[in-house]
Amino acid sequence: MIDAAECGESVLLIAPTGGGKTLAGFLPSLIALSEEKLPAKIHTIYVSPLKALAADIARNLARPVEEMGLNVTIDSRTGDTSASQRQKQRKAPPQILLTTPESLALLLSYPEAAESFSDLRVLIMDEIHALAGSKRGDQLALCAARLGTIAPKLRRIGLSATVAHPDAIAAYVSGDGDGRDVRRVIANEGAAPNVSLLLPEAEGYLPWSGHMGLGSAAAILAQIGQARLTIVFVNTRAQAELLFQALWKINADNLPIGLHHGSLEPSKRQRVEAAMAEGILRAVVATSSLDLGIDWGGVEQIIQVGAPKETSRLMQRIGRANHRMDEPSRAFLVPANRFEVLECEAAREAVAAHDLDGAPPRPGGLDVLAQHVLGMACGGPFMPDSLYEEVRRTAPYRHLTRKDFDDVLRFVEDGGYALRAYERHRRLVQDSLGQIWVRNERIAKQYRMNIGTIVDTPMLRVKMRRGKQLGEIDEYFAATLVLGDTFILGGELLQFVGMQDTTVEVAKGNSREPRIPVYGGNRLPISNRLAERVRAMLHDPSAWSVLPIPVRDWLTMQARRSRLPTADDLLVESFPRRGHWYLVAYSFEGRNAHQTLGMLLTRRLERFGFGPLGFVATDYVLACWCVREPTDIARLFGRDMLDEDLHEWTAQSAMLRRTFRDVAIISGLIERNHPGKQKSRRQMTVSSDLLYDVLRKHEPDHILLRATWADAAHGLTDIERIEAMLARIEGKIDHVRLSRVSPLAVPIMLETGREKIRGGEGEEQLLAEAEALFAEADAA
Amino acid sequence: MIPSPVELMNENLLLLAEGAVFWPDRHLLIVADLHLEKGTSRRGSGILLPPYDTRLTLDRLSALITHWKPHCVLALGDNFHDGRAAERLLPEDRAQLAMMAEGVELVWLTGNHDPQPVEEVPGVWLTEWQEGPFSFRHIPSPNADLAPGIVEFSGHLHPKARISIRGHSLTRSCFATNDQRVILPAFGSYTGGLDVRDPAISALLPKKARLYLLGKDRLHRLDMAMP
Repeated sequence: MIDAAECGESVLLIAPTGGGKTLAGFLPSLIALSEEKLPAKIHTIYVSPLKALAADIARNLARPVEEMGLNVTIDSRTGDTSASQRQKQRKAPPQILLTTPESLALLLSYPEAAESFSDLRVLIMDEIHALAGSKRGDQLALCAARLGTIAPKLRRIGLSATVAHPDAIAAYVSGDGDGRDVRRVIANEGAAPNVSLLLPEAEGYLPWSGHMGLGSAAAILAQIGQARLTIVFVNTRAQAELLFQALWKINADNLPIGLHHGSLEPSKRQRVEAAMAEGILRAVVATSSLDLGIDWGGVEQIIQVGAPKETSRLMQRIGRANHRMDEPSRAFLVPANRFEVLECEAAREAVAAHDLDGAPPRPGGLDVLAQHVLGMACGGPFMPDSLYEEVRRTAPYRHLTRKDFDDVLRFVEDGGYALRAYERHRRLVQDSLGQIWVRNERIAKQYRMNIGTIVDTPMLRVKMRRGKQLGEIDEYFAATLVLGDTFILGGELLQFVGMQDTTVEVAKGNSREPRIPVYGGNRLPISNRLAERVRAMLHDPSAWSVLPIPVRDWLTMQARRSRLPTADDLLVESFPRRGHWYLVAYSFEGRNAHQTLGMLLTRRLERFGFGPLGFVATDYVLACWCVREPTDIARLFGRDMLDEDLHEWTAQSAMLRRTFRDVAIISGLIERNHPGKQKSRRQMTVSSDLLYDVLRKHEPDHILLRATWADAAHGLTDIERIEAMLARIEGKIDHVRLSRVSPLAVPIMLETGREKIRGGEGEEQLLAEAEALFAEADAA
Repeated sequence: MIPSPVELMNENLLLLAEGAVFWPDRHLLIVADLHLEKGTSRRGSGILLPPYDTRLTLDRLSALITHWKPHCVLALGDNFHDGRAAERLLPEDRAQLAMMAEGVELVWLTGNHDPQPVEEVPGVWLTEWQEGPFSFRHIPSPNADLAPGIVEFSGHLHPKARISIRGHSLTRSCFATNDQRVILPAFGSYTGGLDVRDPAISALLPKKARLYLLGKDRLHRLDMAMP
């Protein structure tokens, strides 16, 4: 690192968690600051994806600096920094500034940015594997390019966990979007982790369905008792709440167990973190909120409850345990249902084989670019040509076309559509020299209130009546609450007593059966590589010996009653159930692909006249239900499925509408915050739907619709996976007609999260049916 | 589109699946809550909403006029989203309104969004209108104020209904009626809706509401018990 610094090179440091990466990143800056006489200006910027991390590093760094007697000033600047602190930083900037991508974008939107960053030498970007390829990563890359323009001598240091695509990460770090000039320092991986499956005791019952893993609470608690400190990772906040409850119900020894997830009040989270650091806790049940950040030296083991979904992420989670490089980390995987047993077993093999997965970073989002363009105008006038060149020096926007850039610029300028009647309402103005300016200070102020690329699921605050804040719940869940309903948050049983503006008021709960808070957001789908391993395992009975008996019995029963999916074929079952006909396909292509496949398939079912009513998709299986028995299955799954209907149908889907909403917010079409008033989140959702329809009708080529499609194509819909699958299974549909549900189909029948066909013929039929029912009742 | 015939006070009316009412004997077409220029209403603050909502709404209204050939179109208030909306009309939308006014008489009732007549647009402005046994206004009167022998038509509330059948729940805009009143769904393109179970609506339709849910090509009649 020091060598690279002396050569003035940028560096990518790849090392597993806990390898002392962060300090290594700062070392050259500390040396430079202690040796050279530098003006009291910002020398080094450190960017972390976590606010808490920036603050924590500030503390951790201050101590060695003090001990070494260095005269270096360090300060952090995040969304949590107070106004007075900001004022102070303006007058006397620290030499090392620790911040987040959002706060950096904010700093760059002030006209004095060019002056305050002119002596910047080093930009440290931490946890880049978590940023590259995301919209926050796009924003950071754009800001880094701007810093490079302001301070041409800038060196970049990227810190990353081990990833499957080091070249892409190196390109992300570089100052020209290429990465060949970036020196790579790759640390030793250390001992391979020791991973085993944790099942309900004594070959106990394994559920057909569900993702909560509550049946294994006793086994998890026993394992917690074996170690000094355990992190119990789960996949969702609801799961965290429920598992936390389940553990405490049986926690006879009163082992101190904490809870940590993103919907808790920050003060509650900080208390748990502090308790961990002090060694008071024996275990923490956590979501991805603890994936990154503060290194807890004392963690002895991690337990992953529920399917791991991605090998790379699982390895990073495992890396949270045991930071001595020469000893293996200890980890347990707790499958929540039978399919997850297969997945956990596959993940164990993948970890052993060090088979990293995860998609390579996708091109940068045009919505993020739109936000950035307005931000740059707020910081001072720019020439379009030079901004275009600057933007193209980032890896995410390296291949950005001039047309896309101009369209984005025009969108920011005036919305990008027929606005000749509204000249005076533009956000940007161009002067006679061709420079672009922000139109007025009010627009700049508004921009600064809406910076950022994280679009949360709409959340409502939860507060005790006349009492303290407890956290947040999903607005859609809140809307289903009826007075007197109880639910769990932060491990507490709460009763819904009313709504006060945008706050949910609660009291201590009574004994009524609590409802489970549902938190929205995208669940991570199983990675391609992991799914392949699961498929291979399922096809091969000789691989079943490692599986617990209930799972083996289940698969054997399936072979007897129906068939097992084979390596290349697609097994499709159809059977009647409760007045509907079900069609179940075992395609193992992940949730996103299945979601899209479900939309396409129901579209075809509708056209073929089978009257589809809905579908449900998991990582492994897709099921549709119809009014009539579907036939001609091979034609249904024809390869032409992708050509004809995809665009039309996907465009109408709820998924694309959700994507558009995010794009509309990030790009500034819809604002999150407006000076002086907080807009109701629900109102915002409604209007984004209407905007989507209007744009689709009148300006199908609008830049935001293009951005929405790009988002969908890169990950959300997994078109490539479907394409590959349809090609693979052509002429190999294995259709089995059954008189009742098969063993393998049971899990999906119990699955929640069903997508209904909205506004289709099926719904019209149901409306007519409801009307007929009413007429009958009326006649009687 | 198949209309639903309704008889009220011995008058025959047609509820249209497009969300409007046609009164054949008087050649009268009734719509509510157009909210024209809602899209551009926040433009001054730098919000970039697409401006096409007005055109969508006017196109749909024109189609109804072409089909039913009314002599008069009555709009029940909140015709314009705000007092300065008419100034923001795009020239082609303004032209379409003018063309409409050549063929039919336009009657605008004032609403809470447009409490003052908008002088730039063709047509007559009134606060209420009485025709035969029907009275028309923007905000529905409280039950106590309803005169016997009169049916009141109103807008303002944008009713929609959620029903659940065979485990499938769906939400549609609807007409909410009983023997004394008809609350029209909003006709405007950028308008949301309020559930008929909300006290603001259910209090107006005590005991039982007759709902006509907007379907793809016809209305679906349902009765709903009200608290």
